[in-house]
Amino acid sequence: MRNKFLFRISVLVLAILFVTPLLADNHESILDKVKNRGKLVCGVHGGLPGFGFLGEDGKWSGFDADFGRAIAAAVLGDPSKVEFVPLNAAERFTALQTGEIDVLIRNTTWTLSRDAELSTDFAPPTFYDGQGFMVPKSLNIESITELAGASIGVTAGSTTELNLTDTMRSLGLEFNSISYADIDTLYNSYDAGRVDVVTSDKSQLVARRKDLKNPDDHVILDATISKEPLGPLTIHGDNEWNDAVSWVVYATFFAEEHNITQENVKTFKTENPEIKRFLGESGEMGKKLGLPKDWAKQIIISVGNYGEIFERHLTPIGLPRGVNKPWTQGGLLYSMPFR
Amino acid sequence: MMEDNSPKVISDKIPFYRDVRFLKVFFQILFIIGIILLAGFLYSNMLNGLSRQGIELNLTFLNSEAGFELSEGIDFEPSETFLKAFWVGIVNTLKVSILGIFSATAIGFFFGIARLSSNWLIRQIASVYVECFRNIPLVLQIVFWYAIMLVLPVVRESISFFDSIFINVRGVYLPALEGTAGLILWLWYLLSGIIIAIIVVLGLAAFRYFFQSRELHATSRPSFISNIIFGAKWVAAPTFLIIAIVGWFLTPEVPFELSRPEFRGFNFVGGMNFSPEFTALLIGLAVYTSAFIAEVVRSGIQAVVKGQREAARSVGLKESQVLRLVVVPQAIPVIVPPLTSQYLNLAKNSSLAIFIGFPDLFQVGEIMMSQTGQSIPIFAMIMVSYLIMSLTTSAFMNWYNHRITRIGRSR
Amino acid sequence: MENLTFTQEVKPPDTKKGPVKWLKDNLFNTWYNTILSCLALVFLFFVFRGVLTWVFTQANWEVIPANLQILSIGPYPLEQIWRVSYVIYGLAVLLGLSAGIWDGLTRQITVAIGCLGAIILLLPFEISVREQTLIATVILAVSFAIGRNKHNWKRWVVVGWVLSFPWTMMMLHGFGGDTISTTLWGGLLLTLILAAVGIVACFPLGVLLALGRRSQLPAIRWVSTVYIETVRGVPLIAILFMGNVLLPIFMSGDFQLDKVIRAMIALTLFSAAYMAENVRGGLQAIPSGQVEAAQAVGLTYPKAILFIVLPQALRAVIPAIVGQFISLFKDTSLVSIIGLLDLLGIGRSVLGNTDWTGLQTEVFLFVGLIYFIFTYAMSHVSQQIEADLGVGKY
Repeated sequence: MRNKFLFRISVLVLAILFVTPLLADNHESILDKVKNRGKLVCGVHGGLPGFGFLGEDGKWSGFDADFGRAIAAAVLGDPSKVEFVPLNAAERFTALQTGEIDVLIRNTTWTLSRDAELSTDFAPPTFYDGQGFMVPKSLNIESITELAGASIGVTAGSTTELNLTDTMRSLGLEFNSISYADIDTLYNSYDAGRVDVVTSDKSQLVARRKDLKNPDDHVILDATISKEPLGPLTIHGDNEWNDAVSWVVYATFFAEEHNITQENVKTFKTENPEIKRFLGESGEMGKKLGLPKDWAKQIIISVGNYGEIFERHLTPIGLPRGVNKPWTQGGLLYSMPFR
Repeated sequence: MMEDNSPKVISDKIPFYRDVRFLKVFFQILFIIGIILLAGFLYSNMLNGLSRQGIELNLTFLNSEAGFELSEGIDFEPSETFLKAFWVGIVNTLKVSILGIFSATAIGFFFGIARLSSNWLIRQIASVYVECFRNIPLVLQIVFWYAIMLVLPVVRESISFFDSIFINVRGVYLPALEGTAGLILWLWYLLSGIIIAIIVVLGLAAFRYFFQSRELHATSRPSFISNIIFGAKWVAAPTFLIIAIVGWFLTPEVPFELSRPEFRGFNFVGGMNFSPEFTALLIGLAVYTSAFIAEVVRSGIQAVVKGQREAARSVGLKESQVLRLVVVPQAIPVIVPPLTSQYLNLAKNSSLAIFIGFPDLFQVGEIMMSQTGQSIPIFAMIMVSYLIMSLTTSAFMNWYNHRITRIGRSR
Repeated sequence: MENLTFTQEVKPPDTKKGPVKWLKDNLFNTWYNTILSCLALVFLFFVFRGVLTWVFTQANWEVIPANLQILSIGPYPLEQIWRVSYVIYGLAVLLGLSAGIWDGLTRQITVAIGCLGAIILLLPFEISVREQTLIATVILAVSFAIGRNKHNWKRWVVVGWVLSFPWTMMMLHGFGGDTISTTLWGGLLLTLILAAVGIVACFPLGVLLALGRRSQLPAIRWVSTVYIETVRGVPLIAILFMGNVLLPIFMSGDFQLDKVIRAMIALTLFSAAYMAENVRGGLQAIPSGQVEAAQAVGLTYPKAILFIVLPQALRAVIPAIVGQFISLFKDTSLVSIIGLLDLLGIGRSVLGNTDWTGLQTEVFLFVGLIYFIFTYAMSHVSQQIEADLGVGKY
């Protein structure tokens, strides 16, 4: 008798436990969550000068961090309402998938598998990069083919590691790769001569070259062995949120295309209907995205347009604009129409 | 127990909810159900989580191409499988752990004994060593040693000894013995030597057992086993050595040649190389663990009561005999169990290799996780590997401990 | 036997004292000790010369004061720093009172901390830091004076200590709408929090596991044994990774724990297994007659365990438990691998900063020194407790 009762109870409890997570999986958009919480949680790189690093004052700064602030400004009207979570390469996707962070802006390459398999959605790339090699000038190396037999340093568990192996194998070159879980260790050991060559995204190479003991003694090879479009990621299936993040990125492009800057945005006078819609003076662009009316204006007020963000963080570390220019100047940055 | 003493007034039968036998079973069933519920809850969550991430749980990925290179260990090509990569990691972990255990034991015994030295200065140096390295986190020490390794001169300015040992930022290069074509032939000689030696020993033992000692009394007759040991010592070993030496000279090519490190292209080629990652990890593990072993040794020796030494001296034993016959046999059983746990700690701590990029079991596992996304099966593999290593080590040390304590008692 | 001489001239004991005599006795008593001493002196000379030259002429110590803020509190917002100060003041009150009420070890610790505060006052820190240190030191001294011989306050002070833990957490995290996310905790602050949480939480869990492993009920015994042996067989870093990467998968979609909490859980689960083994050692030392006697006078089994067995068992293994706490404190340094910015993590991120690359030795030595001070102090306290309780002396 009693055992039967017990059995029934346990079946019931089991059933509840199994079903609850399924029921709990309701689809509230992250956009609403962020609004309710009054705070955006953004995953960034822990220590990449120029993109995301912790300053001496305990505040996160960098190109990626500013895009996080831009999203906060658009959604919440305040760029300071963002909390940054430093993530390493291995844990970044888990953090996004489990909802620990709302958006991942951590130089993550847009690849087919990540888009299709990892259940993540990409927003437009904020930076077009490519994998390159940095070598000491003293080795007199000009092309990849001369790297036969070299020790090459690389970040463990990254796409760069796989690209490196692919390239070297297709060229039939013997090499020795040493993978480091930690980017600081990688560049320290390159600087000390532990590895002959270091390979990574060119932006990273440029950013980190400045930190080497004698930056002028190192050269970045012209060859680019991969395409690395880096952009923000949101979780798969949350279209509202992905739209909001995407259009924040487009807004920074758009502002640069039309010379709207942090300085002139408040007083910007125009008869151009598209710019008027952009600034929230006409139309209901914000409402369509679920954002405040002046969302785009807030972005520009708080972080400026794409060019300004770039010049603030990436120009000082010596990165050229390259293809990361508006399409009007022959670059790849192309904002979709604000209509 | 309580029921037996209590006066049986109400009824002879105890209600089941006060019956200890029933309650025991009941609580255990409840407990197990709780555990199962928890496991089921986690399992269902896991399935949910995995489907959210778009990951299917299976092991087929182990046979697909790894696509990454590993900086050291047994030969590995990027075109080989993930399983092979994992095996390379296991071998690397074993290598660093075993070398670490030997060096930590040597250093630890040295400092442990030094802490009991009659020389005040030596005692102080030893205790400063122990306190310093014991109280600073190991991971900090490992990254520190690695930073030190990277201060060494670059390849072209290597520190060299006799043109055959080179030390530079790429590690330590030593000359090594390498097998030549003649090695296989010589190994055949060795094998035949072993077989001949075994046959000789068995024959001799059988002969002595059956014929030579017939007339002796049954109890004092040497057993078959002791005959074998006798034969191995006096007949088989010399036979084997003679065959090995003769074989060495009979082989047309010398079986081994000395390979010296030479600078070629980017790196030194040939010889034996201890990479800076390996060296830093090894030094870190050995030094940190040796500080603990020193304490174990010191307390083990101090555990031998002073009276024992005095008694040993008073019966006329020399100082070395006091140590060998009285102190060490009594100290060892005290030392072995904590020593075992230090060895286990060392093996587990070798996972800190990930901080400096040495491809041990854990780092290879982590690379595999980020390349395949199969974190759960890979994690299970890592856990099981460490568990097997821990359990074997502690089983071996338990066996050794039993043996030692038995010898200790029989004397 | 005939060879032995039974008469031997024995000199009267040497009564001379002084440095020469000491040197003769301790360094140069035999020929090999003389050689050893000389070698050691030469070795020490070179080590000291090398280290001192480096420390005073070659090292670049600017990196430490420049980054002292993030090394101590990490990215914790500066405008909220009063929370940390209040926590310190609160602890100072409790410590001062305890030192007044109990003498001996507590008083020694308090005096040591007071001296530390005084030293910080003299060092060229920023004025706000020195101001807060001054307040804390004064509070410590005043509450010490108040607490003197107020033995009837004992109970309240104990309650205060028990409440201090949740209070500290509440203060640091904030309550109501205005909270400070754990991702902003860092530096020494985070290291201390992780260690404190680990120590407080692993203790009861460890005791339960130890009792479970000695239980007469096979199901409970087996589950406890398997748990303890599994956890002890794998490295902490694996458990931390599991907490970081796998735990989120095992949690249901809506309920997520943040990274710091996950690290706390991992540290607790790990050290509970070791704690269980320490406690079990103590339990084994208690003769079974104790339980039987307790039951004979009418205590139930749980009461017998709680009031008779555990107090004796724990007392016997206090040194082992403190040793366990020390290694837990050191082990918190591993959380930097999962991206938490504890003391070591901040140290490493400082080295990633453009201005300070190449100063590994300075930063690591400084961080190591801080760990050393804490662990050394803890092991000193452990030795004192051992001496006070007379544990280990039979």
